[in-house]
Amino acid sequence: MRTLYYLLQKEFIQIYRNKTILRLIFVIPVVQLLILVNAATLEMKNIKLSVVNHDHSPLSNRLITGLDASPFFILDQPGESTFKAKEKIESGSADLVLVIPDDFESDVMAGKPVQAQLLANAVNSQQAQLGYSYIQRVLLDIVQDFHLELVGESPAKTINSTYSYWYNPELNYKHFMVPGILVVLVSVVGMFLSAMNLVREKEMGTIEQINVTPVRKTHFIVAKLLPFLAIGLFELGLGLAIGWIIYGVPMEGSLWLVFGIATLYLIGLLGLGLLLSTFSSSQQQVTFVSYFFLLVFILMSGIFTSVDNMPEWGQKVNLINPFYYFIDVMRAILLKGACLSDLWRQVISISVLAFSLFAFAVLNYRKTN
Amino acid sequence: MMTEQNQAEHVIEVKDMVKKYGDFLANDNLSFFVRRGEIFGFLGANGAGKTTAMKILCGLSAPTSGSVNVAGYDVKMHPEKVKRSIGYMSQKFSLYDDLTVFENIRLFGAIYRLPAKEIKKRSHDMLKELGLFEERNRLIGNLSLGWKQKLAFSVAVLHKPQIVFLDEPTSGVDPVTRRQFWEMIYEAAAEGITVFVTTHYLDEAEYCDRLTVMVDGRIEALGTPRKLKEQFECFTMNEVFLKLTRPKQ
Repeated sequence: MRTLYYLLQKEFIQIYRNKTILRLIFVIPVVQLLILVNAATLEMKNIKLSVVNHDHSPLSNRLITGLDASPFFILDQPGESTFKAKEKIESGSADLVLVIPDDFESDVMAGKPVQAQLLANAVNSQQAQLGYSYIQRVLLDIVQDFHLELVGESPAKTINSTYSYWYNPELNYKHFMVPGILVVLVSVVGMFLSAMNLVREKEMGTIEQINVTPVRKTHFIVAKLLPFLAIGLFELGLGLAIGWIIYGVPMEGSLWLVFGIATLYLIGLLGLGLLLSTFSSSQQQVTFVSYFFLLVFILMSGIFTSVDNMPEWGQKVNLINPFYYFIDVMRAILLKGACLSDLWRQVISISVLAFSLFAFAVLNYRKTN
Repeated sequence: MMTEQNQAEHVIEVKDMVKKYGDFLANDNLSFFVRRGEIFGFLGANGAGKTTAMKILCGLSAPTSGSVNVAGYDVKMHPEKVKRSIGYMSQKFSLYDDLTVFENIRLFGAIYRLPAKEIKKRSHDMLKELGLFEERNRLIGNLSLGWKQKLAFSVAVLHKPQIVFLDEPTSGVDPVTRRQFWEMIYEAAAEGITVFVTTHYLDEAEYCDRLTVMVDGRIEALGTPRKLKEQFECFTMNEVFLKLTRPKQ
């Protein structure tokens, strides 16, 4: 135990003397949370819409006003040439073009079916689809209102569904993103720092000096991981504070549970970082390999997209993706107030992954080649 | 009785040691012994297999076959027990650059399980002797190479090991420092520490009690410097070395 104490002392001194890493530890969470949470949004705002109005009736003007009032669209000057509007899509100055036909108002008044043409730039398919449904909704509302005023009743009895959004009533995308970004933050810091640290000793040649001593390898590895576990948890705390103060992310569940599971999770990721570094002989190699793992884990994890929409094999891959479980757990605890009894499956999975990765790392680190 | 005495006498015993990397034979059937308290030189051109052999003796690398006994233990079976009884210093300077002089001593002292008091006392004595006491709070990275090497050697013998392994300890340092370094080696030997040293400075070879010359993974000569010079009819170790290592015509 005494040896462990001195080894830990060594690691902490070395981290403390590495001013670049020290600065990064404080800067990364702030930058990630301030920038990424705002940038990584799926909310559709500011869709560039161009309207071609062939009708020039009160109804078509009302429709344009209605679209203009919507927060989703930036409307440019209505034109009359479909050809010009198409050019706008090609040049990128419009994402959507709505063509209102000649007899729009009179057809509505006559009760005939009305067709308005919508052209969408579907390079961003999500934006095109959402824009399409927004416009359809506005169109339907306005035509119905118009009908109501005209004849005093709706054209058809429609079923209206009422809704209430649970756990995130304002549909605040940021509340959804903050826990995810926090997971990325904690993971990047934990995995990269631990992976780089051991490889650095290999590059400097100091590892050989350690390997020729009677130091126990578990002591050596634990001393390597504990400081980064502490830094990871500190980052999590800092990130949670920023999320709470700036974005008002609710903290419905127990913070003890958050930190408890985060500890398990970090043991796994630090183990993975260490495992990768036992296979690598330079910082360049280990950075490259860690980057690969992080990217796959992050993109598969459901941080941006719903895991349920993934193909079945993708969901199977996620069974060994620690990010997937941890993001799930973080959102459930912070937004829903889930407790351990709701999350035991995820906790078991994280524990199994953590234990295996760590054990594999210890086994694969050899003092004798 | 007889064998026990022999083992005490021979602090390193190597028999038919072979190390292969794939098809490459790095150590080809090495057999030799080192007596307690001896300064044993290991000579050879670059790539002759000196470092490989030394790494096996230290338990850093496992031999492909053969028996290797160091400090009374089989290195293959008990590498960690061997490590407790030896000190090691490699050509690639290996104290921590981002720790101070004292922090390095404290770390390695603790790893060899010296009590805190003892670490303090020994580091005090050692630094006074080296004339580095005033520099004890300086980062190793800011010291000159000569100082680093001398300090690394002192740290390697801090726990008073039975054997200290030195892998080209004087490469790259100036002649004066090399001289001082060898004085330190003699002091350690006088305290009963067996010194196993590889070098390719042939003047240093003359300082050894006994030495071997390795060529292409094999031991080509073994004996005292004087015996080797007689055997190969040369005046200096330099000539012996060239005779052995020069490609045969």
